[in-house]
Amino acid sequence: MTTSARARRERRTGLAFISPWIVGFVVFTAWPILYSGYLSLTDYDVLTDPAFVGLENYERMAADPQVRLALWNTLQYAVVQVPLYVLVSLALALLLHQAGRASGFFRTAFFVPKMTPPVAVGVLLLLLFNGQYGLVNEALAAVGVDGPSWTTDPAWVKPGLALVSLWSVGTAVVILLAALQDVPAELYDAARVDGAGWWRRTRTVTLPMISGALFFVTVVNTIAAFQMFTEAYSAYFGAGTSSYSNDAALFYVIYLFREGFAELHMGYASALAWLLFVVIMLVTAVQLLVSRRLVYYEGEQR
Amino acid sequence: MSAPQHSFRTVARPVATLLAVALATAGCARGISAEGEGPDVDFGASPSPGGTLQVMGFGTGDEIGQVRHERATQALGVDVKLSEGELDPQAFLSAAAAGNPPDLVYAERDQIGTFASRGAILPLSECIDAQGIDTDAFVGTAVDEVTFGDELYGVPEFNMVQVTMANADLLDEAGLGLADVDGSDPDAVLAATEALTRRDGGKLSVIGVDSKLPEFLPLWAKGRGVDLLSADGRTAQLDDPEVVAALEHAVAVYEAQGGFPDVKTFRDSADFFGAGNQFATGQLGAMAMEQWYVNVLNESSPDAPLAFGPVKGSDGEVHAFATGSAWAIPVGASDPAAACAYVARMTETEAWVRAAQARADARAADGLVFTGVLTGNEEADAQIRDTVLAQDPPEPWRSAIDAVYEANEHTFALPASPAGAEFETAWQDAVNRVLNGQQEPADALAQAQEEAQAALDEAWAGWDEKQ
Repeated sequence: MTTSARARRERRTGLAFISPWIVGFVVFTAWPILYSGYLSLTDYDVLTDPAFVGLENYERMAADPQVRLALWNTLQYAVVQVPLYVLVSLALALLLHQAGRASGFFRTAFFVPKMTPPVAVGVLLLLLFNGQYGLVNEALAAVGVDGPSWTTDPAWVKPGLALVSLWSVGTAVVILLAALQDVPAELYDAARVDGAGWWRRTRTVTLPMISGALFFVTVVNTIAAFQMFTEAYSAYFGAGTSSYSNDAALFYVIYLFREGFAELHMGYASALAWLLFVVIMLVTAVQLLVSRRLVYYEGEQR
Repeated sequence: MSAPQHSFRTVARPVATLLAVALATAGCARGISAEGEGPDVDFGASPSPGGTLQVMGFGTGDEIGQVRHERATQALGVDVKLSEGELDPQAFLSAAAAGNPPDLVYAERDQIGTFASRGAILPLSECIDAQGIDTDAFVGTAVDEVTFGDELYGVPEFNMVQVTMANADLLDEAGLGLADVDGSDPDAVLAATEALTRRDGGKLSVIGVDSKLPEFLPLWAKGRGVDLLSADGRTAQLDDPEVVAALEHAVAVYEAQGGFPDVKTFRDSADFFGAGNQFATGQLGAMAMEQWYVNVLNESSPDAPLAFGPVKGSDGEVHAFATGSAWAIPVGASDPAAACAYVARMTETEAWVRAAQARADARAADGLVFTGVLTGNEEADAQIRDTVLAQDPPEPWRSAIDAVYEANEHTFALPASPAGAEFETAWQDAVNRVLNGQQEPADALAQAQEEAQAALDEAWAGWDEKQ
């Protein structure tokens, strides 16, 4: 009895300590999520009361070619951007790991671009990847390559955005670098004694040992790729004084934003949000399943 | 009692309580429109002293805003709180949905129809009567743009119109004049584009003529006698053969200089607002542009070789596609009478004239030419032109001013509709598909016609049901 009373007291104390988080979660996360589920079943323009319409929004979604376009755009972007981002951040982290004393400086240097507001990155994209006068194409021209029209050719818009997303690669580099520094030196020593070269050590020691961090970077970045908005919106749906846009950059969240806030179809936008939620859940679930075979966590028995 | 059950209860109870609290405090999404609230509003009530007026979307960034705002605030004796910057529909909608709308919003005129059709803003006839606002003094098309279902829902201010701007040196070198690029002769525009365009090492180095797509399609269509939307705001006319022809011609202008991507990227690479603008650097032959850019050019490159004239249609007439702002009072505003009084003071002729004088003085102090301001109030426009503007400004600014005022007398606007945003998205997306090489003009506009008409039908059905 006394132990259970004490356990109860401790539980209560614990709950009291995390109650600010519980309140925040319930009020600002759980409730809006549940409520958007209800709104997705209504015709709601924000200005008048929501009217219940059942599954009408979902039926409309199934027939909406723009939804298919936006999903397809987003998927294509994620497939290009995620591997690119993870590989580049891994390569930079491996390099930084070798940098010894100077790594502190480079760590900061890589992280600094992350401080640039995403809207500015969107505008920067238009300048760097300018088809005629951009730095990227001028560099390509220097090695004899005739660069594409990154900012107007629908086929090159997404690659351009994926490349410019590397601007903020610093976060992932810092995470991976921390993981690299945690790999016990004994493992490398043992591998060296066994005659393993750099590539062999990286493949059989380094990668398995940092697979937890790599998995985290991949999952978080996949979710971010599916929610891509700011850079694409500022570059292609509101830049400068022109109303030029490019539907190769019509990502899912941009379409959702347009429906909800520009055209006041908030019920429809809520339904769109739920579809995206389901898609991201599925993708993440698949990643989790695959990760069971590939990711090693310390303390695990193998 | 077993431990697991126990722990579930101890956890579940507080969580359930918190959820209940959250539900109660977060509330539910509600619209702000209330049936029959309109007539109950007393616009004649005197503002409560010491009250506060919440205004969303208006900023006092320059003399024209500052002088009028200070004058209006003093006359009212209330504290006016501005949340500056362009009206953020997201912020307005959230405030409205939370049941806490501002007293006054300053919106683009093309948003008024949407807000009005959803009952989010008050009809203003009684406000107009109570404050004696002289709507006859306003520019007719501006008033039409904020009139929905025979009711006035906004008080317009400012008028943006387009004029033809050109680099006089480039025109001279090619043996051309303004008449070749002002739109009055479509074939001449194409020929002029070819004559003015320069390429250097495979790259565009001079843009001949920029037909400013997608934004100016309504202007080019009007020049061929067609409006994109019928006068009652119910029928899209995007697949009209003349609209298709207007788009084809505007696209052909781009094709004549290597295609839209070349023009766009060259334009993106230049400093539009600074001394390195493409007129000053001799990289742009001619384009139609809103009159505010005259001020930019006057400030940033006063010595550039410029030429100005009105924009003309292939019918030879002067046209300008007018846009601008409007004041509207949300349903549920806590002090609509004060909001109405503030609007009346902001838009009256004397307010504009004083503000223009302040602007003219400031420009004179900087040694610059005051190039005028279009207020949306014709009476004010005329007085400013007669009493504030210099009577013999130097060229090319004199012809710029003449062109701007001429354009202001020949404006058209898209009528108010409950689906303004959807309509705009439909035709702009169509033009963009053409510019991006994905569709031919006729196909793109046929698709836009269907999309736009579907959106209009749905939105109007909602409105008609309410009537």
